[in-house]
Amino acid sequence: MPINLEDPKKLRPLRDQVHQVAMNMLRPISRKYDKAEHTYPKELDMLAAMADGLNESGASEGAGAAGVRRDNSSTDTTVRNGSNMASVMSVAEMCWGDVGLTLSMPRQGLGNSAIASVADDEQLKRFAGVWASMAITEPGTGSDSANIKTTATKDGDHYVLNGEKIFVTSGERSDAVVVWATLDRELGRAAIKSFVVPKGTPGMKVERLEHKLGIKASDTATITFTDCRVPAENLLGSPEIDVKQGFAGAMATFDNTRPLVASMAVGCARASLDLTRELLAKAGVEVDYDRPATVQSAAAAKFLQLEADWEAAYLLMLQAAWMADNRKPNSLEASMAKAKAGRVGSDITLSCVELCSSVGYAEGELLEKWARDSKILDIFEGTQQIQQLIVARRILGLTSAELK
Amino acid sequence: MSLLQSLKGGGRHGVPASESRDPIGLAVAALNRLAQSQVLDRLGVRKQAEQTVFTVTRSGFKVATNAGRTFAKAGKKGQPGVRVPSASRSGVFDLTPTEDEQMLVDVVSEFAQEVVRPAAAEADESCTAPDDLLKSSLEIGLPILGIPEALGGISESRSAMAGTLVAEALAKGDMGLAVATLAPGAVATALGLWGTDAQQQTYLPAFTGEEVPAAALALNEPRVLFDVLAPSTTATKTAEGYVLNGVKSLVPRGAEAELFLVGASLEGTPALFLVESKTEGLEIEGDPAMGVRAAGMTTLTLTDVKVGSDAILGETDGSTYVECVRLSRLAWCALAVGTAQAVLDYVTPYVKEREAFGEPIAHRQSVAFMVANIAIELQAMRLVTYKAASRVAQGIDATREIALARKLCADKGMQIGLDGVQLLGGHGFVKEHPVERWYRDLRAIGIMEGAVLV
Repeated sequence: MPINLEDPKKLRPLRDQVHQVAMNMLRPISRKYDKAEHTYPKELDMLAAMADGLNESGASEGAGAAGVRRDNSSTDTTVRNGSNMASVMSVAEMCWGDVGLTLSMPRQGLGNSAIASVADDEQLKRFAGVWASMAITEPGTGSDSANIKTTATKDGDHYVLNGEKIFVTSGERSDAVVVWATLDRELGRAAIKSFVVPKGTPGMKVERLEHKLGIKASDTATITFTDCRVPAENLLGSPEIDVKQGFAGAMATFDNTRPLVASMAVGCARASLDLTRELLAKAGVEVDYDRPATVQSAAAAKFLQLEADWEAAYLLMLQAAWMADNRKPNSLEASMAKAKAGRVGSDITLSCVELCSSVGYAEGELLEKWARDSKILDIFEGTQQIQQLIVARRILGLTSAELK
Repeated sequence: MSLLQSLKGGGRHGVPASESRDPIGLAVAALNRLAQSQVLDRLGVRKQAEQTVFTVTRSGFKVATNAGRTFAKAGKKGQPGVRVPSASRSGVFDLTPTEDEQMLVDVVSEFAQEVVRPAAAEADESCTAPDDLLKSSLEIGLPILGIPEALGGISESRSAMAGTLVAEALAKGDMGLAVATLAPGAVATALGLWGTDAQQQTYLPAFTGEEVPAAALALNEPRVLFDVLAPSTTATKTAEGYVLNGVKSLVPRGAEAELFLVGASLEGTPALFLVESKTEGLEIEGDPAMGVRAAGMTTLTLTDVKVGSDAILGETDGSTYVECVRLSRLAWCALAVGTAQAVLDYVTPYVKEREAFGEPIAHRQSVAFMVANIAIELQAMRLVTYKAASRVAQGIDATREIALARKLCADKGMQIGLDGVQLLGGHGFVKEHPVERWYRDLRAIGIMEGAVLV
């Protein structure tokens, strides 16, 4: 088969459907929930039910964060454009509509991604339909997630959790929280496990919701765990502390979610580019793809640069998802995609505000909102700097002890 | 010229014309001229002025173009030539080259590593590609890649993707030599794409035969803010054909070329003209530049050059011309990807071996992150270029994709060239290492028009 980087033919109908949903359901309520921070977007319930229906009917290959599980049993060697590509393409379309609302979609949280990635078959069945959010970050631990202080102590057929988690997306709205905790702080990253903690478990308390720069439709919670007892079977994956395997199990989630965050940045940035192109045209600036940028207006030249960077991020995103679909190790490419998409997401949305002057800066348009929403995408699921660190270590063949 | 005029400060040597010399400046300038003439005499350099052998490294020395061969007229005039179909559309996203493409890339990569890279430094210095290197490039079939199989080439369907992969692989060896070896193929591919039966039958046998002519696609012009879509070279219609006037710059291997494909404005619309080197009114001059020197860049001056009515290649409505410009830019993107990959492959072991403050500099984030960004932007350049190429191969409009690839490869390619030198520090600035050459070569992307084409 020849090299081809067009959107996969079989996924185009899904992409176009999701685009219609984003345009007709998310955009009309986009500003409303940017203003009404911490108000639950009730409109999303119907949308989530629709997404569930799509998933069950098999009409989509996982339109959200659900479908990131790798099937290693297949010996099929034909090239696949599967669930990972479907996910990044549809999440990009949803985020073209609204990043905050997409992150608030019931049952499409990053916790669901973690469950899909590391749960065993019994757990997969038991947690089906559960809306799970993800709790990793702590007040004193950010990018160095191996250093978390929340503890899990075995007591009979339960684990007892103690600690404080911050920046839990949809932490109040979700049905359960996937909590990272250490079984033994002496044993480092190998002892870190994830636990599904159902909402209402005694000892778990949502302390407060954050007020943020952007993605205000998405709630961000601080949650404390005080002698919080969780059934032992809610530990995702193996309870053994395998020092050799180390952090790999837990970190595997990120290989799957980083292309998704890249797709969020890609979607949000395209919203800015689409509108800016139209506003520039109304102002008399048409971008010419054939004339040298140096003989066009500065605005057109800038737009060309932004669009070129966007195209780069989009294709790096597709590449990472395509590799996952075809069972190729993609942690380098996933980080490349997130690094590029994260930084160009900010550059594009901020530059579009500048190109559109006060029209871009004022709340009359959504350009200023997209410029606020995009910033988080260069931070969560591994900051720009963490992605560069991962890429650098891979390219240079250096360990984390050599390149700190 | 009076002495006073010749000592005027501005307008030469990169000094803006608004500059004027004060009395001390005048004295220094006069002294400098005297010193120069003494140097000339002492070294006997003046004798070289009488030398008639053309070298690209010396500008201001015009000669007539290569007498060249006579291309025997053949084929049916006005009859459309052979066209290859577009590649099939699978509809599946796939980054894996076909088996044929992979074999081709393997062969060219070996050639680039074993033959091209070792010859690069000297070719850069002398502004010429070694003869044996050019000969072996013919053996691996570079000029016939884009010629239809029915006309003795190897292309069964549109070969833009294969051409892109080959250009990338060659430029990993050296960009200048890649351009030197690909230049004839650019003209041959254009004949395959747009030639009439007569044009294909007249010229292509030479390219598929034993003695492949040097040939050059000449689109650039020596003008500030040059817009390739509005060339100032003109073609005027006459009873017998056309008369061409103008100057083309950065024409690869112009001294040896036997066939030029020249861009000129015909009644305000740009078009392509086939001009044989033996035609009267052609002059070439060395046009060495900052980089891509091994390609033997020249300017081609056309003074009342008369060509026949069958010299036009493709349409006169500008559509063929703009398509040619795009396909040429795409080829330059592929070259940028190859050279940028060479930079990454070179700096990676270097920063791990080079020590400062008691450990390899690669252990410092400011160094390591620079390498990471080279890797990220390089892969981005590659994917955006491949997307454009695969669209061309499949017969899908690629106007937007080629424009974006050119912008990205010009910006990020230059950044990679810059960082490549920076990572080696002072060692990057000296010619002991190739990074300074890649820095100079990568500046060509975004400036170059023509010369190569996929």
